Amino acid sequence: MTSTQKSAESAAKGAAGERQRAMGLLAKASRAELQAAWDTIGDKPAAQPVRGPETGLVMVRGRIGGGGAPFNLGEATVTRASIRLEDGTVGHGQSLGTDPVKARLAATFDALFQQPARKADVETLLDAIAARIADEDAEKARQTAATRVDFFTMVRGED
Amino acid sequence: MYVAVKGGEAAISNAHRLLADRRRGDRSLPAIGIEQIVAQLGLAVDRVMAEASLYDRALAALAVRQARGDMIEAIFILRAYRTTLPRFGYSKPVETGVMLVERRVSATYKDLPGGQLLGPTFDYTHRLLDPSLLGDEPVDTALERDEPGEPVMRVSDILAGEGLVEDDGNLPEGHVAGDLTREPLEFPMARDLRLQALARGDEGFLLALGYSTQRGYARTHPFVGEVRIGEVEVELDMPELGFSVSLGRIQVTECQMVNQFKGSAKNPPQFTRGYGLVFGQSERKAMAMSLVDRALRAEEFGEDIVAPAQDEEFVISHSDNVQATGFVEHLKLPHYVDFQAELDLVRRMRREYEERADAVMRDAAE
Repeated sequence: MTSTQKSAESAAKGAAGERQRAMGLLAKASRAELQAAWDTIGDKPAAQPVRGPETGLVMVRGRIGGGGAPFNLGEATVTRASIRLEDGTVGHGQSLGTDPVKARLAATFDALFQQPARKADVETLLDAIAARIADEDAEKARQTAATRVDFFTMVRGED
Repeated sequence: MYVAVKGGEAAISNAHRLLADRRRGDRSLPAIGIEQIVAQLGLAVDRVMAEASLYDRALAALAVRQARGDMIEAIFILRAYRTTLPRFGYSKPVETGVMLVERRVSATYKDLPGGQLLGPTFDYTHRLLDPSLLGDEPVDTALERDEPGEPVMRVSDILAGEGLVEDDGNLPEGHVAGDLTREPLEFPMARDLRLQALARGDEGFLLALGYSTQRGYARTHPFVGEVRIGEVEVELDMPELGFSVSLGRIQVTECQMVNQFKGSAKNPPQFTRGYGLVFGQSERKAMAMSLVDRALRAEEFGEDIVAPAQDEEFVISHSDNVQATGFVEHLKLPHYVDFQAELDLVRRMRREYEERADAVMRDAAE
């Protein structure tokens, strides 16, 4: 394999990693966050539905003992949508729950993320979502930390 | 001859209207909202999700409201709903080791990496009715403390470091995780399928069985290695993209039960384990599940099967409360024809009995 091939491959991997992060954050966004970001876009691109929005189930798996063989824990509702922009870019949105509007908005932002001209705007949205989640997680972690048990030893007797 | 009987349409329709009226109750009181149920009756919602085997807080809350708070009815409604949806796929196994922990306690180690984190627990409350909750008094916000950023290490990994505990639970290479929503139950079953059944099993039933093992009906000598509650990521492989994506997070409760030893000529003695994993915050259920999981491994460990909690077919066949309520409650539906036949039979037997008695009387008189 030549070094150009290698770097092309790692670039593709990097792009996939970026998109993976973007889709994960879009899944964790609230509908209000996505709607507000959509409303601020001036020249809204036309998006044709390719699939959905449709609600279905994903079987959530666990592992025996936490790290052993997989088993089926139970299902979760998932709503997904795919859209196509005028230039043919396809975007996918999917997240837990039953919100079709959110799935469609997530799919649209996923498509916009793949467009060099729009990518920066989507990055701004993604950073805001990531920051909001980090704040919430940190607050929860601090609240949990306040319930951590500090053991102390009772010293009895004179010596 | 079979005579079909019709009727009751008006009565049924009126009964449902009456049900809706009673469900709403006193109209001078505000109606309870789905968001309020999710926020303020969260553990009821979690139980419905766990036993319906469907993670969706809003739909579970709707089911609780629709069922007037009858948990099994709510579970039934949510189960029925899930059958209307297509299956998109199977998630990657959730990673409970990197859970965003909001509670973690261990009964086996006092000081352990991550510490004892009590979280929002009923433990150590006095179980006294709180009159302040009669009204709507303001509630203090939770206290905060700097979080040391120390990973919350799994207790099973601590024990495994010394080689004193069995591994997490592997199945033979090439084993495909069974799915009881797709295949009929067959006994004996592998541990993965049992765990799926237990995860959706009735909390009360599993609690009673777990309790029975503690009282000596299949003693397993359990310790809570740890219980942890928190959020885990649900990831789904996207074949069209060539990578997996996160769909969001769910809350789960995990219990690692550490049980007494097993060893053999080949293997040195080591602790055995029972495992519990449940949707939502449901510590009692996760603990009961892990007790029953361990008890059901009796055959694997060559233990005598002497108690109900060790009997796989008994436990798994009766753990599903939707099936159980369906079969028990069907008894109240019309059995007029069946019963008529029984009535005829008992009348004939009675007649024969009386004839025999009369004959004995006549013989005695002669």
